[in-house]
Amino acid sequence: MHEHDVLVIGGGGAGLRAAIAAHEEGADVAIVTKLHPVRSHTGAAEGGINAALRDGDDWELHAYDTMKGSDYLGDAPAIETLAQDSPEETVQLEHWGMPFSREDDGRVSQRPFGGLSFPRTTYAGAETGHHLLHTMYEQVVKRGIQVYDEWYVTRLAVTNEDDPDDRQCHGIVAYDIKTGQIEGFKARNGVILATGGLGQVYDHTTNAVANTGDGAAMAYRAGVPLEDMEFIQFHPTTLPSTGVLISEGVRGEGGILYNEQGERFMFEYGYANNAGELASRDVVSRAELTEINAGRGVDDEYVYLDMRHLGEERITDRLENILHLARDFEGVNGLEEPMPVKPGQHYAMGGVEVDEHGQTCIDGLYAAGECACVSVHGSNRLGGNALPELIVFGARAGRHAAGTDLGEPQIQTGGSADTEAEEDLETPVEPGAVRTSDEDAVADGGAAVTTPDETVRSAVEAERTRVEGLLEKDTGIQQAELRARLQKSMTENVNVFRNEDGLKQALRDIREVRESLQDVYVNDPSRTFNTDLIHTIEMRNLVDLAEAITLGALARDEFRGAHWRQEHQERKDDEWLKHTMLSWNDGTPELYYKPVILEGEDGEYEPKERSY
Amino acid sequence: MSTQTQEERGKTESAEHEAETSVEQEDASHGAQRRADRDAERRQSVSGAPARPEGETIQLKVFRYDPEVEGKMEPRFDDFYVPKRKGMTVLDALIYARDHYDTTLTFRHSCRQAVCGSDALFINGRQRLGCQTQMSDLEAPVRVEPLPHQDVVKDLVVDMEHFYDQMHSVEPFFQPDDAPPGELDEYRQTRENREKIKMSTRCIWCGACMSSCNIAAGDNQYLGPAAINKAYRFAMDEREGDTKKEHRLNVMDQEHGVWRCQTQFSCTNVCPKDIPLTEHIQELKREAVKQNLKFW
Repeated sequence: MHEHDVLVIGGGGAGLRAAIAAHEEGADVAIVTKLHPVRSHTGAAEGGINAALRDGDDWELHAYDTMKGSDYLGDAPAIETLAQDSPEETVQLEHWGMPFSREDDGRVSQRPFGGLSFPRTTYAGAETGHHLLHTMYEQVVKRGIQVYDEWYVTRLAVTNEDDPDDRQCHGIVAYDIKTGQIEGFKARNGVILATGGLGQVYDHTTNAVANTGDGAAMAYRAGVPLEDMEFIQFHPTTLPSTGVLISEGVRGEGGILYNEQGERFMFEYGYANNAGELASRDVVSRAELTEINAGRGVDDEYVYLDMRHLGEERITDRLENILHLARDFEGVNGLEEPMPVKPGQHYAMGGVEVDEHGQTCIDGLYAAGECACVSVHGSNRLGGNALPELIVFGARAGRHAAGTDLGEPQIQTGGSADTEAEEDLETPVEPGAVRTSDEDAVADGGAAVTTPDETVRSAVEAERTRVEGLLEKDTGIQQAELRARLQKSMTENVNVFRNEDGLKQALRDIREVRESLQDVYVNDPSRTFNTDLIHTIEMRNLVDLAEAITLGALARDEFRGAHWRQEHQERKDDEWLKHTMLSWNDGTPELYYKPVILEGEDGEYEPKERSY
Repeated sequence: MSTQTQEERGKTESAEHEAETSVEQEDASHGAQRRADRDAERRQSVSGAPARPEGETIQLKVFRYDPEVEGKMEPRFDDFYVPKRKGMTVLDALIYARDHYDTTLTFRHSCRQAVCGSDALFINGRQRLGCQTQMSDLEAPVRVEPLPHQDVVKDLVVDMEHFYDQMHSVEPFFQPDDAPPGELDEYRQTRENREKIKMSTRCIWCGACMSSCNIAAGDNQYLGPAAINKAYRFAMDEREGDTKKEHRLNVMDQEHGVWRCQTQFSCTNVCPKDIPLTEHIQELKREAVKQNLKFW
């Protein structure tokens, strides 16, 4: 059994930042990650980091923009923490040598981004995430922090008290991808989940293949509620054939969207008369699909994004990476032709319920980054707010796990949170409901155990049994087929536009896949680098999260942020100014709600009509 | 796919037989049927007539090896036929082959957009990223092998430890002179200096350059193009002072450092991020000479 003070699961932006912070507090910290850290998906982020660094800007404006962007579903203490900590964290990256783009005076450059009232997006070309990831990995190397790379964490070692609030996380179970060895890792102080997004729930996504929501699903099954899962961000500019992201920076620099008739539709059809192409992502995504559905799309599939007029010099200086992406993945020369784009799944606003210190309701279990929901993004994330989230909340989780006193959190989690009793709520959880197997019905910790060592040991045993079972079975269904079925249904039914019939259909499909999952088997008998096994384990995480997304979406009969419902075309603040919470409840998802915190340091954020 | 597949096929048939005898096992029978169908597809592949999807196809010849599975311990090439589709990359083709014909086919991949660096492969005799290479740009059959000069773990997966060790050996982290005056002050860097190091910061650690380098192949201690490029990124950064630069040049100016490079340009030719690696190595050689002259 390996043993460390703090275990960080995931080697992307949030994980690396958490590890550095915990190390700085004197903790013995290790990173356990499915990929090598430099392979993490943070490297694909293009746009930038929002930070109020300049005269004329301040954290209050950043917080206000973020609250408005969230469609008033973000929690003020989280949003204000993000806006307050981001300048220092961003400058910290600069001090670590991150190669930001520069102004003439040698200071870091900033540019406009969608939904921002000040050009506060700090960037490094159109490859900000790549530089952020590598810069932080360099600091991890410098500090000699131990990295278990290509180790896949498959289970949390959590005690099994009835109430999740009483449970403790003592470690994890991980699988050495290179040798097939399953081992226990004990965490003396805490486990921080930083496992990133869940885009593989969809088939058209900007997310990497590794983004299967492992951390969120493991925490969910261990008893931590998932929050606001229905809010999935669709990015308006992804390449149609692959889902590769074309940065919002293109529109930030002045890129224009056209329909097939050459009309600048954001203005022409009044989708956003002030901000045009720079309206927030949900607005632009809906506008594009409305154009396509109205028959004004190109090839009935996409619209054009044009940056030719910006000139070669500016494009090369600030958006060079975009030229490469358009050429390599779509065969288009961005200097001479407009680029084809359509909306694609991009980001999960929801995730593991945490407070502003990154802590979940289970003692010793933290989450940060995209897998967590603090919540700063509410129902719609502003471009340029994901990277500051990684560094701000990664650092805070790292510090808290290492034992630093960050004070009483203002955001309550778990059963102690001020949740609403929803006796009258018609929770539409029925379509296609299946009984989950006994194995799924207990907390991931398993047996009734007392000591940390026993908890980890028992979790390792449970995991060995599960993996042996998958490997020994030699007939059944293979994961690739199930994954394709799940992704197809989610893309058809739980996309930008949603309606009740579609959501119910998706729920039935998901549950059929869940049923079939009991017959899944792994074809590859090898212990060496068995990707068939990894993808099969990931598949279960995808099913749990797809169900959570769809259930939340079906229940929320209003239109808010990224969540658009055909039958409900308005935001219903009286009923729905609240977070969707979902508990595992022995395998039967249980929906409940908790109020949004709109009370900030300088008073209350008052919900207003969102227009751009 | 030979021995192992035959054994599995045997198991499948007996499973089918059992299923027929029991009504409760209808689901299992359903699964067994699917499996039998898929095995039938793969059987063709074993007998030399690989399964093909409808329509036009492209032939993939993929290197296979697994140290612990009987029948795969002897390295070999397997043929797969994948649909000819506009925009299909080599990575897409491998995924197609894996998901449709043989789920044991193993390769690293993640981002599909040339930033994670995990799918550097030897494709038609050249180091390239699978996700960045269009099938239509290649001559068929498309031959896919693991990166040369690295130990093969399984199929297309190579051991990257040595590459990471070399990267770590050059102190790959920023070591600036003095901190700026205020906590929220930035180090000033001129646009020109940022431009100078820009290309060197694009490295995605894919290992293509190291694999293409004849010198690295023969000298295990040679730092190699990627690590030297990493050192260049810091040595040329004006925010690291003269003392640090001197130290960095000393690290480069050693037996297995920059002087091993014989300017063959193979690293520069294969770099998927267009980093002028050879040029960076030459520049460090010049800087090292200048520094030695200074102390002479």
